[in-house]
Amino acid sequence: MAKIELKSLEHRYASSRKEKDSFAIEDLNIVWEDGTANALLGPSGCGKTTLLNIISGLIKPTSGSVLFDGVEVNDRPTRERHIAQVFQFPVVYDTMTVFDNLAFPLRNQGKEGNEVEARVNEIMELLDLGSLTAMKASHLNPAEKQIVSLGRGIARKDTVALLLDEPLTVIDPILKLDLRRKLRLVQQELKLTMIYVTHDQHEALTFADRVTIVRDGFIVQSATPEELFLHPRTPFVGYFIGSPGMNTLRCEKTSDGLEIPGSSLSLPSAIASRADKLKGRIDLGIRPEFVETSAEERSDWNRFTIQMVDHAGAYQVLTLQSGSLQIKARVEDHSISKEGDPMWVNFPSEKTNLYADGERVAP
Amino acid sequence: MRQRPWLFLLPTLVLMSISAFIPLMAVINYSLHTIFAGSTPEFVGLQNYADVMGDAQFRGALLRQLTFSLLALLIEIPLGVGIALCMPRKGGAVGLSLVLLGIPLLIPYNVVGIVWRLFTQSDIGVIPRFLAVFGYDYNVSLDATDAFMTILLVDVWHWTPLVVLLAYAGLQAIPQTFYQAAEVDGASAWKTFRYVTLPKLRSVLTLGLLIRFMDSFKVYSEPLLLTGGGPGNATTFMSLFVARKAEAYELGYAGASSIIYLYVVIVMSYILFQFINRSPEERRA
Repeated sequence: MAKIELKSLEHRYASSRKEKDSFAIEDLNIVWEDGTANALLGPSGCGKTTLLNIISGLIKPTSGSVLFDGVEVNDRPTRERHIAQVFQFPVVYDTMTVFDNLAFPLRNQGKEGNEVEARVNEIMELLDLGSLTAMKASHLNPAEKQIVSLGRGIARKDTVALLLDEPLTVIDPILKLDLRRKLRLVQQELKLTMIYVTHDQHEALTFADRVTIVRDGFIVQSATPEELFLHPRTPFVGYFIGSPGMNTLRCEKTSDGLEIPGSSLSLPSAIASRADKLKGRIDLGIRPEFVETSAEERSDWNRFTIQMVDHAGAYQVLTLQSGSLQIKARVEDHSISKEGDPMWVNFPSEKTNLYADGERVAP
Repeated sequence: MRQRPWLFLLPTLVLMSISAFIPLMAVINYSLHTIFAGSTPEFVGLQNYADVMGDAQFRGALLRQLTFSLLALLIEIPLGVGIALCMPRKGGAVGLSLVLLGIPLLIPYNVVGIVWRLFTQSDIGVIPRFLAVFGYDYNVSLDATDAFMTILLVDVWHWTPLVVLLAYAGLQAIPQTFYQAAEVDGASAWKTFRYVTLPKLRSVLTLGLLIRFMDSFKVYSEPLLLTGGGPGNATTFMSLFVARKAEAYELGYAGASSIIYLYVVIVMSYILFQFINRSPEERRA
């Protein structure tokens, strides 16, 4: 295992058209520490897969460097990088048995006989594949195939890192849970440096110690799941992480504090005073979970009307309206909310983030 | 209405019976009679079949045919896959190479025969001239091996492009991910071909193999135009043999050999299909 580092990395696709748009990745710097579980999270087409393929050497970056344990590997071909990669669609060698699939990378390294057998058995035990040893890989279900391709990746002892490219896409929901648990287990057992690419925030947050949010080839924020949830660095992160995403409200400074155009909302003075020192465009971000609601009138709180109630099992998501302003609130209490009812709302200052020109400003 | 499905099938059944069923029945009918021009056909039961099976010329033609088809497959399939692997995957060169490959497929059989007759003619042909440079005395009309090999060469030239097109389409359909995985796993070029490309090409190659087998078994116009089945019987393949018998107005005999011929094609195709379509582990078992 190794520490993986990307330094001022840039990649442009040859076929793409003009200027800035053609960058898949632009001036990207990041370090993934040895033995950590990391996730790369971002919307489809943001450059995540490109990034993985650059690490494994399947794509040569336009500029910048890829370092394994501080050593530049830009010119090292894929087969010499000892990367394990699990792709979105399960890749197995159909004509081989499960055993031979797992042994394949070892045999490609010139290993034979007992050494191969011992290692393959170890991996099979770790992944609970024992009963499938002699099965033709083509007969496996997608989840099993994905486990086999994971196993193939980690079979080599000199594996530098395990890269996973949306590995659960084609897996049934029930098996997903099992596979994710296995992945996590393998990561902890083998102390793998793991980079998990996904556009599913739930997968990323439950899986990784550190989640990196990518957008249009840029890193927006790289932090622990908790940090991403509580202190998203930009409104995009706030919206992208969370279900539903963070409410972002455009604010304007006035002589007597802060107001939200298009609404007669009064904000708590604690928030207004924080905004005092801010310059530029100001946004207020508050998660639906942190919006305080009350069906009874409260002084200092703002009156909204319930536009929509979405039931999501354990909780409800309310869409609340005041003037032209719409926000979402997440409430645990099922009894009270009805569409059309009034609802009093408060934004607690300590749970509210303020953004100046799209960047979070710490209180 | 229970009959409705049959109603929908009717047009097809009518067409089928006109195009296949009725002629087949007629041939079977012929094969059971001795027919002479002007006289009433005489029913002889399976006598014609016995005669055909006992005929050394028929057995010779059948053996020659099997050898020919086997060689054609052995050459055309690997060659076709090889060429497909070498072909460009994107850009303008794709269209160009596909058109070039398609040309032999577009030329009518009889034109192919005439063109190759010119190529191989011992006085003016390019092939004898070319081989003469190496001191080889090539003559299709005198040398049995030369004639046989020439027909084989024509078949390879004419039909390998079909295998190439099939294999090329098959290759294009293999997701890039499989090659990336093989690269990540450190597989050599050969192993990648053996464990990724070849298994993924299996269904198109099965198709190619069957089409080429059945087609090569029917080879007719090339030997007819190039060598006329000679020298001797060196290039008298099955269809030529049957046609000769029919031309000689031995209709009963020709009918019986046609039926045997058809039977051999069906049985061989079935065996071939079964063999390829079973996965390797089942084959071993």
